[in-house]
Amino acid sequence: MTPTASSTASTTSSHAVFDDIVRSDSSLRRFLHGLPGVDQVGCEARAAGLATRSIKTTSKAYAIDLAIRMVDLTTLEGQDTHGKVRALASKAMRPDPADPTCPATAAVCVYPDMVATAKQTLGDSGVNVAAVATAFPSGRAAMDIKLADTRDAVEAGADEIDMVIDRGAFLSGRYLDVFEEIAQVREACGDAHLKVIFETGELQTYDNVRRASWLAMMAGGHFIKTSTGKVQPAATLPVTLIMLEAVRDFREQTGQMIGVKPAGGIKTTKDAIKYLVMVNEICGEDWLDPDWFRFGASTLLNDLLMQRTKMTTGRYSGPDYFTLD
Amino acid sequence: MTFEYAPAPESRAIVDIKPSYGLFINGEFVDGNGTSFKTVNPATEEVLAEVAEASDADVDEAVKAARRAYTRVWSRMSGAERAKYLYRIARIIQERGRELAVLESIDNGKPIKESRDVDVPIVAAHFFYYAGWADKLQYSGYGSTPLGVAGQVIPWNFPLMMLAWKIAPALACGNTVVLKPAETTPLTALLFAEICQQADLPPGVVNIVTGAGDTGRAIVSHPDVDKVAFTGSTEVGKAIARAVAGSDKKVTLELGGKAANIVFDDAPLDQAVEGIVNGIFFNQGHVCCAGSRLLVQESVADEVMARLKRRMATLRVGDPLDKNTDVGAINSAEQLAKIRELSEIGESEGAERWSAPCDLPANGYWFAPTVFTGVSQAHRIAREEIFGPVLSVLTFRTPSEAIEKANNTPFGLSAGVWTDKGSRILSMANRLRAGVVWANTFNKFDPTSPFGGYKESGYGREGGRHGLEGYLKNTEKGADA
Repeated sequence: MTPTASSTASTTSSHAVFDDIVRSDSSLRRFLHGLPGVDQVGCEARAAGLATRSIKTTSKAYAIDLAIRMVDLTTLEGQDTHGKVRALASKAMRPDPADPTCPATAAVCVYPDMVATAKQTLGDSGVNVAAVATAFPSGRAAMDIKLADTRDAVEAGADEIDMVIDRGAFLSGRYLDVFEEIAQVREACGDAHLKVIFETGELQTYDNVRRASWLAMMAGGHFIKTSTGKVQPAATLPVTLIMLEAVRDFREQTGQMIGVKPAGGIKTTKDAIKYLVMVNEICGEDWLDPDWFRFGASTLLNDLLMQRTKMTTGRYSGPDYFTLD
Repeated sequence: MTFEYAPAPESRAIVDIKPSYGLFINGEFVDGNGTSFKTVNPATEEVLAEVAEASDADVDEAVKAARRAYTRVWSRMSGAERAKYLYRIARIIQERGRELAVLESIDNGKPIKESRDVDVPIVAAHFFYYAGWADKLQYSGYGSTPLGVAGQVIPWNFPLMMLAWKIAPALACGNTVVLKPAETTPLTALLFAEICQQADLPPGVVNIVTGAGDTGRAIVSHPDVDKVAFTGSTEVGKAIARAVAGSDKKVTLELGGKAANIVFDDAPLDQAVEGIVNGIFFNQGHVCCAGSRLLVQESVADEVMARLKRRMATLRVGDPLDKNTDVGAINSAEQLAKIRELSEIGESEGAERWSAPCDLPANGYWFAPTVFTGVSQAHRIAREEIFGPVLSVLTFRTPSEAIEKANNTPFGLSAGVWTDKGSRILSMANRLRAGVVWANTFNKFDPTSPFGGYKESGYGREGGRHGLEGYLKNTEKGADA
């Protein structure tokens, strides 16, 4: 594909070393298609192998508290109301009202029109407000609308923006369009952190996931995120493995750390621990922090709380002992 | 705070190790007439049990029992009836899988995650697979007439899996067996003998005689043994070939290897690194088909080595019964000495040695995962089988050079090719002189797939339809036997 004059003019990357790569669609394609391929069978076997780690006693207690601190407690429904968001924000600050030692979650994740309400409830608790923007979840809107959506959320007080990429552009090979979209949203974010959602269930191949990861990192995303939660399959261990390898390799090359957020379908403590083991063994302990790894989840938190209570009291209590939201 | 994994040991309570074991002859455990020997846990050097040594007379008793069972019961039984016993054995192996896995790890030193997830499932799969052949031998292409009594001698690296590879096809074809497990790992074979009792297998169909080299020699040279099957070192394999030369015994040998694992510059690198690790550190490198020679294309050699070392640093070496252990104990003091010796030779010949940083336990036999770079074809560590967690790295520039180096060895058991290019996989597979060629994977075993070597890696095939050939009199029209 021949680069257009307009698309070559303004493009810069997060690091000067990438400037030549993002100069045109063809140079960007050469780079992304030159990344080492992913063998599907081997990748899935590696993920399954790590999932057999047995995490017990003290290490389980550590993992549960860490996982709670990494949760982006999420409600992204058409039926969301201010009351629902206030309740969710309260829960994020005090997930287990019966136990003050239980840590807060990292953030609550809502639609842009709910940001002000969430911010009001959370105050200076340290729990961030993340807003999905850019015509979430499909991303099918004009660029100025996506940017307005982003600015609206930031002005309402969002600390973090979860954007979706244009999967249509990506799948048709218009990588530079995707790159510029991410770069422009990043600019519109101001001080807010940008998470870039790939919707890996639509990208389908692991090669695409690796390419999307590099694209987003070069364009200045702070986090790369698997899914909206609206498309199946959402987060999986092998997809997250590819993204973790990408941020690991990106740091090798640039010295800069990028965060990873699997989202959608992670429901149990057992699942969450598998992800943490993977972070630990692929990226190392530097990434075992809410600044660098998040879970996008709604039902996961209660299972973490139930397991946490089991660890401290030795007994399982029923679901009625944990709040609904 | 770092994410330390708390100890997660598999319980030993499920296994009941007796203070002493006899020989399993004619369906019963009997005392041996040789000098009994001890088997130890290589991870702790703790003595596990006293095991009988079969003398020449004991071996003779076992062969007689096998002959009786062959003529009176097993060869007369229909294939469908034999299959019932094999299916029953396969099911009992699955039911007692955890017990077998724990005992295998205790006696052998291999990590429980491998004995649990690899060894025992493959063992059961072999019995299921060959059970299916028992009543279909007329379609095998090798006839359906058994040979008689098979004498089988197996190594210590996969004690139960090698037993299954030997016993399952032999029984399916209507032969009876006298099997000798390795002297350092007899316990799971003796537990298998109990499983034969539990399955009501007719007495004498399976006989297990324990002992060392002398017992093995007695089996191989016994005049009433019709078939010799051996897995082990090339040196012993050659001695067996000499011992049976001139007799009408049928022989299959599965011997050593020095496999090339070839990584091209277009390979899926992260998966290739996993394949390199799995190729040489799986089962502590005690694998005849281990990918012990890494041939990596020069253009990506530095990157692959950096990724490999980073990955090796995450390998968890230690207690074989801990569910998070990746690399267990070296099987014996003798083997450890051999690995150390060859590694020192590697250093003195000028190769650069790097070992993964890990704390090794004070007791037991341990060797840290090690890689040698700057190795050339002239180095002994590039030619001799080390049979331990030691990788020799060589580089190449073109596919032809890779083939030349890969084939430049007296062995020819296995090879690996890593590339994203399908056509290159096929052309490499055609030119590699190795019995098994893995593409973008390594050390994958399946009962439906034949396994065996070229050149000094042995002859005959085990597994798959081909695995039946070694246990049948080939009476098909046009057969050359």
